Amino acid sequence: MAEKPRLERQAMCDRLAMEFQDGWIVNLGVGMPTLCSNYVDPSKEFINHSENGVIGYGPLAAAGKEDKHLVNAGGQHVTAMPGMSIVHHADSFAMIRGGMIDVTVMGAYEVAENGDFANWRIPNRKGGGIGGAMDLAACAKRVFIAMEHSTRDGKPRMLKRCKLPVTAPGAVTLVSTDLGLFEITPQGFKLVEHAPGWSPEDIQELTEAKLIIADDLREFRFRAPCKQ
Amino acid sequence: MKNKIYQTFDEAVADIPDGITFMSPGFGGVGVPRNLLAALNRQGAKGLTGVSNNAGNMDDKVDVGTLVQAGQVKKMICAFTAPTHPSQVTPFVTMYNNDEIDAELVPQGTLAERMRAAGAGIGGFYTPTSVGTELAEGKEHREINGRMHVLENPLPGDYAFIRAWKSDTFGNLQFRMTQRNFNPIMAMAAKITIVEVEDEIVEVGQLDPDQIHVCGIYVDRIVKIPPDGIFD
Repeated sequence: MAEKPRLERQAMCDRLAMEFQDGWIVNLGVGMPTLCSNYVDPSKEFINHSENGVIGYGPLAAAGKEDKHLVNAGGQHVTAMPGMSIVHHADSFAMIRGGMIDVTVMGAYEVAENGDFANWRIPNRKGGGIGGAMDLAACAKRVFIAMEHSTRDGKPRMLKRCKLPVTAPGAVTLVSTDLGLFEITPQGFKLVEHAPGWSPEDIQELTEAKLIIADDLREFRFRAPCKQ
Repeated sequence: MKNKIYQTFDEAVADIPDGITFMSPGFGGVGVPRNLLAALNRQGAKGLTGVSNNAGNMDDKVDVGTLVQAGQVKKMICAFTAPTHPSQVTPFVTMYNNDEIDAELVPQGTLAERMRAAGAGIGGFYTPTSVGTELAEGKEHREINGRMHVLENPLPGDYAFIRAWKSDTFGNLQFRMTQRNFNPIMAMAAKITIVEVEDEIVEVGQLDPDQIHVCGIYVDRIVKIPPDGIFD
């Protein structure tokens, strides 16, 4: 099969951010999910929570304008915003376990049709990198995943059951990949939006789990162009 | 009252024996007690157990990884025991893969709360974090309000190294921005808390009592970072 163009990472993250509602407290994982913060909707305000205890921070700081004491979960320098607050680590995770986080967006190695996902340990390697992922996955109100649809060697990441050790069971509700947008339903993955030029059959071919095709399946939605 | 002010980092860490558990805060390179870690590295204590968010970063700055690389640490308790990216092969990762150092992997919120529990005199707590994962295997499970939880035990330390913005001579501390991170809970969780102060040490009464992030009763030793110290 000739390789068709896949979605860009920014588009994958924009699509998840379109689901954020006004006033939501949002926690973005390190790496690709951080791109969600580039999504701007003038009709909505989101409150950024970072696990190191900063709530209500702004965009990345411009070069030369960094505050050396203000970083996000990825150690990137972010900007202070009016209304921002700082708490210590135990209080930051009290907010997470206490159910204050409306959505967390994370990357993953695998997602299963039962909502399990794996993102902390890979095979044949000792140890793992959990960070705050298990607390967030277990306790945020919603867990969204942004990940490539296939591994580098072309194997599916959307599985019947995770092969890797899970981060949390049954946590994921929405997945954005470079091939489309998928809801997790009691019956399994439901394809709701497909990347331009990709048919449900094309996507199924690269997916281990059986896809349910939404009755109102539509083309993947991109954010409206906006002035930067 | 006992004087808590020390003139040098070397004096402040001089009596730390082999085999103790030390706590080292910091997140994203901010709030790391680099001067105290450098002093403990010079002092040479061995067989240490380290508690920290991770086991050292890739940059060339002094952090927990400096003690790990020097062979002073026998075990790390942290939220990352593998690189977040395959290119991030720290000295810890190499030693861990060669079975030259032990480690306990703990979810970050559980790590923080275990230290808070130790400092607060709590004999453990139940958390939903890690339920259904291999980290929960062997732990006591209990259903509370219809949700499964696992029992986690307190995590006390012998020494905590703290990086603060301001202190008074009693050890009341203030932090700036995300410098705070693990600092306050580690100050509570350890028997002896040693602080490096970035901005200034002021007389008692100079800090607003309503704006204290760590109460001075937790603080034992205070050192102002000298102009030639490590300011990040």
